[in-house]
Amino acid sequence: MSTLFVAQNVYDELRAHGEETYPNECCGALLGVPTTRGWEVVGSIRAGNTRTDSAHNRYHIDPLELVRMQRTAREKGLEIAGFYHSHPDHPAQWSQTDFAEAHWLGCVYVITSVAQRKATITNSFLLTGASEEDKKFEQQVIQVEDHLAVQNSSSSSHEMKQG
Amino acid sequence: MTIFIPTPLRSYAGGKDAVEVPAATVSEALNSLTQSHPELRNHLFTSEGRLRAFVNIYLNDEDVRYLPAKEQSKVSATDTLSIIPSIAGGSSIR
Repeated sequence: MSTLFVAQNVYDELRAHGEETYPNECCGALLGVPTTRGWEVVGSIRAGNTRTDSAHNRYHIDPLELVRMQRTAREKGLEIAGFYHSHPDHPAQWSQTDFAEAHWLGCVYVITSVAQRKATITNSFLLTGASEEDKKFEQQVIQVEDHLAVQNSSSSSHEMKQG
Repeated sequence: MTIFIPTPLRSYAGGKDAVEVPAATVSEALNSLTQSHPELRNHLFTSEGRLRAFVNIYLNDEDVRYLPAKEQSKVSATDTLSIIPSIAGGSSIR
């Protein structure tokens, strides 16, 4: 089983985001660098959930917001390592909807279960495969580390802030 | 013009996060990109040659699908094209 390395502040931030948007799903991007031991996530960017019609069980990030996130990552010398979202009152396991809508091969999808406004379990799934036709999710171990450089930002500015 | 390559497609673009191509339109730019990096074609287009539904193409900050001329929109050397796979999902709770 592969490992996702996450800075402590980023881990805390994505879980806090899920608590803040409860009972709706939160979503955002994870910024990091690929290393020989796997993705090291050192920053996150909050995104708005455009699925206001069904925000308790669906999320969608505006593609323009993704363009700007990609721009921010590039400016910081980082890459979009993956994305996170929450499952309010539901397990931190990928759903058929999550799988069908997952297209960032080689990237991570982090899911946090939020029960009664409290973040409980956070899991990471690496989207593996060479194409849409053979993609699959592989669960990862999440290793939270204090020493990774920490940077967070909100979706409003897409500017990274030192943690 | 510059085409920005998203993380999952960089391995099919020589590991680059951006590729410079000569082009007069969006369509020409994408054709130039897939000619120099043929493995990208299957990831961007269906077997019928249509852009895959989950692939978004942005000319600067504009979604090409909503531009009047769509992929025939004219571009200049200073324009940027971003390839962005969509992000969505959600739990199975009702």
